Amino acid sequence: MSTSTLEPPPVTRALAEDHGLTPQEFNWICERLGRKPSFVELGIYSVMWSEHCSYKNSIRYVKQLPNTGDALLVGAGEENAGLVDIGDGLAVAFKIESHNHPSAIEPYEGAATGVGGIHRDIFTMGARPICALNALRFGRLEEPRVQFLLDGVVRGIGDYGNSFGVPTVAGEVFFDEAYEGNPLVNAMSVGVVEHGKTASAIATGVGNLVYIVGSDTGRDGIHGATFASEEISEESEAKRPSVQVGDPFTEKLLLEATLEAIEAGVVVGVQDMGAAGITCSSTEMSEKGGHGMVLHIERVPTRESGMTPYEIMLSESQERMLIICKREDEAALKAIFDKWDLNAAHIGEVTEGERVKVYWHDELVADVPAEHLCLGGGAPVYDRETERPAYLDATQAFTLADVPDITPASAEATLLQLLAAPNIASKAWVFEQYDTMVRTNTLVGPGPSDAAVVRVKGTNKGLAVKTDCNPRYVYLNPRRGAQIAVAESARNVVCAGGQPLAITNCLNFGNPYKPEMYWTFVEAIAGISDACRVLNTPVTGGNVSFYNENPEGAVFPTPTIGMLGLVEDAEAHATQAKLPSAGEMVVLVSPATWQHRNDLGGSEYLATIHEQTTGDAPHLDLAEEHAVQQAVLQLIRDGFATSAHDVSDGGVAVCLAEQVIFSEGQGLDLAIDADADLRLDGLLFGEAQSRIVCTISADTLEAAREALTGVSVQLTTLGRVTDTGRLQLQVNGTPVLDLSRDAIRLPYTRTLPQAMDAPRT
Amino acid sequence: MALRFGILVFPGSNCDHDTEHVVANVFSQEARLIWHKEEALGDVDVVIVPGGFSYGDYLRSGAIAQFSPIMQDVVRFANDGGLVMGICNGFQILCESGLLPGTLLRNDSLRFACRWTHIRTEQTSTPFTSAATPGQVLRIPIAHGEGQYMADEDTLDALEANNQVVFRYCTADGEVTPAANPNGSARNIAGIRNAAGNVLGMMPHPERCAEAALGSEDGAVIFESLLKGTEVAA
Repeated sequence: MSTSTLEPPPVTRALAEDHGLTPQEFNWICERLGRKPSFVELGIYSVMWSEHCSYKNSIRYVKQLPNTGDALLVGAGEENAGLVDIGDGLAVAFKIESHNHPSAIEPYEGAATGVGGIHRDIFTMGARPICALNALRFGRLEEPRVQFLLDGVVRGIGDYGNSFGVPTVAGEVFFDEAYEGNPLVNAMSVGVVEHGKTASAIATGVGNLVYIVGSDTGRDGIHGATFASEEISEESEAKRPSVQVGDPFTEKLLLEATLEAIEAGVVVGVQDMGAAGITCSSTEMSEKGGHGMVLHIERVPTRESGMTPYEIMLSESQERMLIICKREDEAALKAIFDKWDLNAAHIGEVTEGERVKVYWHDELVADVPAEHLCLGGGAPVYDRETERPAYLDATQAFTLADVPDITPASAEATLLQLLAAPNIASKAWVFEQYDTMVRTNTLVGPGPSDAAVVRVKGTNKGLAVKTDCNPRYVYLNPRRGAQIAVAESARNVVCAGGQPLAITNCLNFGNPYKPEMYWTFVEAIAGISDACRVLNTPVTGGNVSFYNENPEGAVFPTPTIGMLGLVEDAEAHATQAKLPSAGEMVVLVSPATWQHRNDLGGSEYLATIHEQTTGDAPHLDLAEEHAVQQAVLQLIRDGFATSAHDVSDGGVAVCLAEQVIFSEGQGLDLAIDADADLRLDGLLFGEAQSRIVCTISADTLEAAREALTGVSVQLTTLGRVTDTGRLQLQVNGTPVLDLSRDAIRLPYTRTLPQAMDAPRT
Repeated sequence: MALRFGILVFPGSNCDHDTEHVVANVFSQEARLIWHKEEALGDVDVVIVPGGFSYGDYLRSGAIAQFSPIMQDVVRFANDGGLVMGICNGFQILCESGLLPGTLLRNDSLRFACRWTHIRTEQTSTPFTSAATPGQVLRIPIAHGEGQYMADEDTLDALEANNQVVFRYCTADGEVTPAANPNGSARNIAGIRNAAGNVLGMMPHPERCAEAALGSEDGAVIFESLLKGTEVAA
């Protein structure tokens, strides 16, 4: 589709289809407008009705997610991000968003602009971002294309976040064949704002001025949102110009100038420009404010000459905002942006009515009711066909009978193999390329903890944050898998000393027009809802990314959860997985009636050792999970637990090995007694949920038990922390593990550097 | 009397607030942020050029910041004997401005590196390290993509001869080894001073390790030295 000719092409049905609109959607547009749209209008409708902007195939279900709670000041969908009260007159704005499609073809800029976009969502609300997280998923690490993507994505995230000056404190990196060709890049930002100082994405006040501030508008990212709403194919390479280019330096200036303007009270409304650029920000602000808008887009500062109105309206150039201000505040607004050497161009006014009218040198090039375009308004809403995927019959029928068990003699070798598996191995190669400490709030950064803890200066409080999703579980059992994603992210936050407060989610799925895919989506939404209700963590917002699919197939259904927790006394309660001094007791906290079990379905063990992703997702009972979390949080708050680490990928053996690796010379001497019929691989590497390993001093263990009277959990003593640096474990009296710290550390630490820093031939 | 710190703010500075926090809240001194477009520092006792990515560092770290209006007065202040400390990007800016010799190249890994390092205090007869013990090892984080200190051999020899190498990367035990060098810096140099002794540049971040809650308080000794220096002067 050529967009650079001066004469716009005639709008035809075929051109509409080229824009990704279905024949039915094109008919609706013609009916509602009472005429054929102009070329600019066609561009506007196509981008606003794209999956990415309209959520047309997901909104019915996304709206069913639990979204109420006492701490919520702004719920899902009301503003750019949800807002959660943390006391002391402060609130936290946080959100996660995908940038998968751009990253698949241009990993550096794709990931960088993903980071930039999510931070803008936060500071457009008046909140200063204090930390960032990201959840990344790639194909197999040994593939050269995957190494190229991982390298580019990590550099992109690092270069953008490091320059912007917000620490990247936590996240996850996962590798599986299912993501070959379709990497997932989900970025999350967390910001803090004083109550009453937030800004709204709203256009009100007839006669108020519309300003575009920040970067010049260029030809980058045109139709980025439309591109993100289709499957990746061989032609995707040709859409590289749909990928935006990031400039973190300008974003940093935009942050400071925007916060200064909001603080100065000269902002009536403000919305960042991400997907669909000026189009989306102007129509959404109009729709929310119940007003219209007149725009004179020849006044938009452009990066290059000869840009058409179509291109200006659809450009996704980064680091821009649309601001509404009163006439009397105009000079003050301009002075602030002048100080930061940023554009501030007056491009229009707020009007009566509901129409957004776009002029190009006095010629009316678009005239559309904002309501037609927006989510919750006139944008299409679909409910798609669902069908339980056929593959589930095979995976659910799996039994362990065909999988040989390990023996006490082979347990060590198996553990070492798992520790070297890319999904378990240290991600230091990744996070050391991120500035994890800038802003001097990072009490616990990436590495030896289940979640990061960031203090909130001026208070005693901290935020515990984590992203999580084990997509194998979701693939094998979408509902329970999604429950586990919420449960595990909450458990991680608890292990770091935080009370889980609320979540944001990023729902990465394949093509919604495929009934089997859509079934997994609907099931996953139900699973998230189940878990959020029991764990009291409402959903504050997020995003949906469909079409993560290429001719080889779709990604695993991947509902990434971003969890926000509150650490009441940050310095006292921030807890890590590192072992304390020798002599302390090692205790497994589990549900009251829990017993060791063969929970190997969807495990890292099956995937790595037996090269199978099959079986059912592991056991989870949400009420049990909640009890375990509340018990461990109490142990931390009461000062009993000196370390905490949850049992997850790789099971209890990997959990314990990691604790030794994270420590400075301490070891573990442990014994587990279990049913003699239990498989050894199941015991060591099974991934049943709701288990947390804590250390508690021997003197206070009894008091700790008493403190938990009435809580439905059991504390099983496994052994002691030693000063030998060895990981020693007996099962039913038989020694199965006796490894030095170096022996387990080496495979754990060398996997990523070996793959990524090896000389290329 | 509180010591008056002037902390420069360039477009793209991002450790300005962190430095202000340490000076004002941890050491209860006066901290004033000074916008780069200002032409005079005003009444300050110490100037800190903080870390960040001034002007995005798209050209070469610190290359553009040296032309900011405030830098003329910083040069004047330094030439008059005023205390100037550059941290990370601030070190790069001081080198670009000619206040310190040498330059900072890309890390030898060609990757940004943020992690804990150890540095050995080579000189304690400076206003920035007078509270440290000779050879004191500091556990301190780095966070930079261009931190490889480089100068020609004559300059390096002169730095050593004049006792201008203030910090070197080392092991936890204080051994200066290639493995302890996180970025390929010549002679493991992490920080230097000028010949007169009143200007310090260092790549590691003392403002990130001046509170126990952040994992190390070892960076505090630099701020304590500055406070101690003024007591002597007073």
